[in-house]
Amino acid sequence: MSSLAQSQLRETFELNIGPQHPATHGVLRIKVVMDGEYIDRAEPILGYIHRMHEKMGENRTWNQFWPNMGRLDYLSAMAYNHCYAGLMERAAGIEVPERAEYIRVITAELNRIQSHLLGFGAYIMDLGGFTPLMYAMDEREQILDLLESVTGSRLTYCYFRFGGVYNDIDDDFITGTRAFLKRFRPQIPMYHKLVTGNAILMDRLIGVGPISADMCRKYGATGPVLRGSGVNYDIRRNEPYSVYPELDFDIPVYKECDSMARYMVRMDEMVQSCRIIENALNKLPEGPVMAEKVPKALKPPKGDYHYAVEAARGTFSMRTVSDGTNTSYRMRLRSPTYSNVSLFEEASRGMLLSDALAFLGSLDPVIPEMDR
Amino acid sequence: MSGYFKDIITGLKSLAVGLQITNKEFLTKPITLLYPHESVKMYPRYRGHIELIKDPETGMNRCICCGMCEKGCPSGSITVKSEKRPGVKGKVLTAYILNFTTCSLCGQCVENCKPEAIRFSNEYNLASTRREDYIFNLLEKLHPEGIPEPEVDPELLKKELEKEEAAKKAAAAKKEAAAKQEAVKKEPAKEGGESKAEEKS
Repeated sequence: MSSLAQSQLRETFELNIGPQHPATHGVLRIKVVMDGEYIDRAEPILGYIHRMHEKMGENRTWNQFWPNMGRLDYLSAMAYNHCYAGLMERAAGIEVPERAEYIRVITAELNRIQSHLLGFGAYIMDLGGFTPLMYAMDEREQILDLLESVTGSRLTYCYFRFGGVYNDIDDDFITGTRAFLKRFRPQIPMYHKLVTGNAILMDRLIGVGPISADMCRKYGATGPVLRGSGVNYDIRRNEPYSVYPELDFDIPVYKECDSMARYMVRMDEMVQSCRIIENALNKLPEGPVMAEKVPKALKPPKGDYHYAVEAARGTFSMRTVSDGTNTSYRMRLRSPTYSNVSLFEEASRGMLLSDALAFLGSLDPVIPEMDR
Repeated sequence: MSGYFKDIITGLKSLAVGLQITNKEFLTKPITLLYPHESVKMYPRYRGHIELIKDPETGMNRCICCGMCEKGCPSGSITVKSEKRPGVKGKVLTAYILNFTTCSLCGQCVENCKPEAIRFSNEYNLASTRREDYIFNLLEKLHPEGIPEPEVDPELLKKELEKEEAAKKAAAAKKEAAAKQEAVKKEPAKEGGESKAEEKS
């Protein structure tokens, strides 16, 4: 035996989690160096579902890039639609009718609830509880039906357009949304009773995966991950867009920094989204849903444009450089999951493997959006 | 030791609360459908694959073969084939081929269509193990009993024939004139060539 091997007291081994593993929520591969049951080093390996969305944006006309926006984060596609619409409206100087903005907010918030519901259900399933997923799916189905009745698709929406939305909402949608809110509100305390108060869940989440606010800043983590670390940062408040300044809502912030805090932020955000939707429905003005005189072949003036929205997983921002033609010179998509998962390596050092999966689930990654 | 028993008691309590909620579900109606026997009602705005619209007046499609859907499609899924027929105004659609394997249902084609000749269908029961089954000819789907011939307008046909003949005559006249001109041109060209040869030598 060489002296080097003798001096190595700790024996480690490598373990691959994924790319095909249900706990990684898609095709994320994590190469873990294990020291017994404890993680020595965990390295997320990305790129298994890379589809060159940025490059596609540079090859297609502005209008042809629309379907891509539904396929980044397929769980909260509406927020991504919103970002692209906002970006190009800023670039081309298009005024959006107020009704269209309200419709955008209503649909985007419904989509956020839907995303958090699935996140909640899938997270609990990661931890070994199957039933809550079925409860979450029941409510989620109501939202998908509502959104399908207005957008025409169930998941990969392509509903927003430059200068408005594809088609107007009808009375059925408004009454349906109100009925859904009435039905959904009492469900959240039920979830808390069923899941959050459970002794097993509390044992598995409280104190697991601590992320300090400094670490969040270092890696650029946003969304529920950042708000679960005690930082009150939400694009809807800090850099208001659309009609959010006119609506009444709170930003849930938890100071515990653990997985439970991130889970609670998501649960509270659903309540706040309900408030936003109700508020927006009450204020919904009459009028057109498309701006007049939006050119079919959009040619924004030369320049560098940026727009950011709060998607379900954090700040999604787009930056584009236009050279005055009908395609983008450079398209840049900043996705929240990429930053959120990149802190996994540092945060998971010395963690139990089972805790690490509970921690990864609390980041709520969506892999297609991370790889882009 | 007291912590141990406390944990057991709180754990059992939370289990009881959870089971209470779950047991209530025994008394509620199922929210699922028995799919092959019942099916979901589709919304009128549901986006299935696109389809051509039959004009109720003529019983034909409204396509003018401008190709805007083809140009607007981000994935190049649409191919419009058309031809000019004698006595029919405009172009005649001979095939509208949609490659549904690459379609992302974004709606650019429907939006771009000026005569409103296409719309989203409500068809969602599409399942096959062969790729070729998803390459649809929408014109054949519109007329499953056979594609009808477009009506020939006799007046237009007459006009077209006259025009054609006039064009033929004009072409012939042009040819003659061109031949004459060439004959005139040839002579000075010869002279020019000779003079150049002289300069070289």
